Amino acid sequence: MSTRKSRTLKVDYLARVEGEGALFIRLKDDNVTEVQLRIFEPPRFFEGFLRGRRWTEAPDITARICGICPIAYLASSISAMESIVGAEVPHPIRELRRLIYCGEWIESHILHLAMLHAPDFLGYQDALAMAKDHPDIVKGALRLKKIGNDIMVLLGGREIHPINLRVGGFYSVPTKDELQKLRPDLEWGLEASQQVARWAATLDYPDFERDYEFVALRHPKEYPLWEGRLVSNKGLDIPLSEFYDHVVEEHVARSTSLHSSMRQRGTYHVGPLARYALNYEHLTPGCQALARECGLGPTCNNPFKSLLVRAIETVYAYEEALRIVNTYEMPDRPYVPLEPRAGRGYGCSEAPRGICYHTYAIDDQGVILDARIAPPTAQNQRCMEEDLAALVPQFAHLKDDDLTWRCEQAVRNYDPCISCSCHFLKLEVQREYSH
Amino acid sequence: MSTAIDRIARPFRRILVIGVGNPYRRDDGVGPHLAQAIRKHGPPCVHAIEHSGEGASLMELWRNEDAVYLFDAVSSGGVPGSITHFDALGHSLPTDFFNYSTHAFSVAEAIEMARVLGSLPSMLRVYGIEGSNFNTGQGLSAPVAGAVGMLLPRVLRELRQLDVEDQPVARRESYARA
Repeated sequence: MSTRKSRTLKVDYLARVEGEGALFIRLKDDNVTEVQLRIFEPPRFFEGFLRGRRWTEAPDITARICGICPIAYLASSISAMESIVGAEVPHPIRELRRLIYCGEWIESHILHLAMLHAPDFLGYQDALAMAKDHPDIVKGALRLKKIGNDIMVLLGGREIHPINLRVGGFYSVPTKDELQKLRPDLEWGLEASQQVARWAATLDYPDFERDYEFVALRHPKEYPLWEGRLVSNKGLDIPLSEFYDHVVEEHVARSTSLHSSMRQRGTYHVGPLARYALNYEHLTPGCQALARECGLGPTCNNPFKSLLVRAIETVYAYEEALRIVNTYEMPDRPYVPLEPRAGRGYGCSEAPRGICYHTYAIDDQGVILDARIAPPTAQNQRCMEEDLAALVPQFAHLKDDDLTWRCEQAVRNYDPCISCSCHFLKLEVQREYSH
Repeated sequence: MSTAIDRIARPFRRILVIGVGNPYRRDDGVGPHLAQAIRKHGPPCVHAIEHSGEGASLMELWRNEDAVYLFDAVSSGGVPGSITHFDALGHSLPTDFFNYSTHAFSVAEAIEMARVLGSLPSMLRVYGIEGSNFNTGQGLSAPVAGAVGMLLPRVLRELRQLDVEDQPVARRESYARA
């Protein structure tokens, strides 16, 4: 006799993500009938109050959108403004920009993978509980993160909301000797991050894959941080200026963050898995070898293994930081002086959790007329919901508590930063049983 | 009755004062305000710094210290200007008390993590000052300024009474540039 049944699972607050919101899942006969990622953080109106401000103010204003990935906002807004005036910055400035972005990746990736996501895989409620049994992993992660902080402090003035970046370059740049001070820690960090990746490869990953459309930046010569074209594994290849020709943002009642999808293509996925799949050939040989050693191929479609890909990207960030520190020559001046001209500009950079897209229109005096920002977590909302809809039937045999745990873990695959997108999370799963 | 100070093998070699907060958000600047005042009026053996409250770097900062005083603003719904004092070695801190982000690793989490990892300093005194105005801008509200007026002489007196080795201690240089 078949048993028809419905279940409702509910979690009032999902920890270890940035911000607040809710997740509601309803099942009927172990089939998912409804998944809602509810984001109820009040809208923040950044785009509104950027209007009327100077073009040079956008970086420092938008950096306040997020305390975890301020460099993403600085980078994307600076790139957008510089694209309006056709600015080219000198090589050392470009290198320092990549270096501070490495600092942000290190800070964000290591915190998420070791302190926020790893407890899910090891059965701990949080990093504090995990630290009792795995003190060396946590100590190592904290030191790795601290080195990311140090890069931010050295180049940005402080680790949270750095204040030393500007349109055209930096307000001040380090001497060669100042940058060299980072070297011993970076050398230690490179080796330690490789050990973290090997440890991450030993975690027990759920057997779950989806056929994503990955979207990321691609640069002809390097793993993307600050610049590139927008590409996907399913044929998208566009300049930044065409983003909104392809991406549609819509408001849904359950979220104060706009849902993104691509015209005639649907949901897409941004973040480490997308970057990795679309830029594997630009990882260093060392990172590629480590990825192979950790069981990763050139593409990874298992969102739970985003933890492992973050670990590989952390190693890349250390390698790239060391390369820059070892080859840096101090520029003659810290920035290129630029004059505004009327026009529209486009900027996109790879925040730790995916592409952060900005476009601005300014007048000939440099006053911002229009601003539009697509944060990575907002772009991933639909993908998160679809992951859950696909995941829950596969794990419907689990008890409610275990299924809820798995759902929270699946949301954390995206390292959601809801203070960027708006904010997040409370989980509610409803099961209906008809028997 | 033994105090936290009595329990520590004397003399102190390293004493660190950390003022956590953002001086451009009114009462959130009470920590940096106190750190500056202690730097100016405190005994020379005390190293006083201002700090964002980022947990990983806090843990690194106090790793090799004998005694640490940490000051931070709180917003717990209490009376503005009221002072809450924790001996962090003896008591766990409520994680929502000094928290500013669900994602970032903040003061209370850093203290509890350091406790688990056995990396707390020999003495860690934490002072939370209830703020009332966290808007943009500089300057403390009257209740918080009043709390500073009460707390600062007390802390300075205590710092001067600490038995400190004469030898200056070399600290790792900050990465912050002038």
